[in-house]
Amino acid sequence: MTATIILLALLICGSTGGEISIAHGMKTIDEPSLRPQALLRFLGRALRSGSLWIGIGLMAVSFYSLLVLLSWHPVSFVIPASALSNVVGTLGAKYILHEQISRARWAGVLLVCGGVALVAGG
Amino acid sequence: MPSERKLRIKTLVMVFALVICANIGDLTLKRGMTEIGAVDLSAAGLAHSLWLSMTNAKIWIGIFFLVGFMASYMTVLSWADYSYVMPVGAFGYAMLTFFAVVVLHEHVSTRRWIGVLVVCFGVLLVGMTKPRTTDAETLDKAA
Repeated sequence: MTATIILLALLICGSTGGEISIAHGMKTIDEPSLRPQALLRFLGRALRSGSLWIGIGLMAVSFYSLLVLLSWHPVSFVIPASALSNVVGTLGAKYILHEQISRARWAGVLLVCGGVALVAGG
Repeated sequence: MPSERKLRIKTLVMVFALVICANIGDLTLKRGMTEIGAVDLSAAGLAHSLWLSMTNAKIWIGIFFLVGFMASYMTVLSWADYSYVMPVGAFGYAMLTFFAVVVLHEHVSTRRWIGVLVVCFGVLLVGMTKPRTTDAETLDKAA
């Protein structure tokens, strides 16, 4: 049980930490227009961002935790439990990226969490 | 067109692109891995399945779409809030269920359909909020 909780924590914190790190890295690069050349230049600059590689490393830890959890428990337990990452991610966005989370956004995030749990458990 | 509306449309287009790329990538990888068969976890089995996956066109098409997903995800995060993109991207669960019924002719339970409706309602609520709530000053604070 303790190992499952530790791996769930690694799965949730790894994926949200990774995405927050990537989000932070991308915001330090100028916003591109949607023209192919501008997008390619943007991606070239993004590949030189340290935050991107930290994010990819954290997401790899999360992915490995997911594989181990899936070998121990059914999908109907692992995916609904991992839906908690929506809540952890929103808290990270508020306190680390300083985004403003309105009540409507919180309500939407909680509905998405519940919906994902229902879809995966159904 | 007002900049707020333009930003919302641009963000939703990119989120739609990343959801489509992720779903097609996952489905194509699944089809490729089904062709390869169950992976034997011995060293020789792993090497054999690695070789089979490197020479399978569906695996490469799946990887191509997943690279497209990552590129769209990184691009949209350069201007939109992470707390906006993450829940709106959950629309992929609804789309995947739709694909499962229409393309794969799978049976979907009532409970799962209710889940899809709840996800869609949540996505709609988040989609109505401002896609960007941070500016350069707050980003400097976060750095």
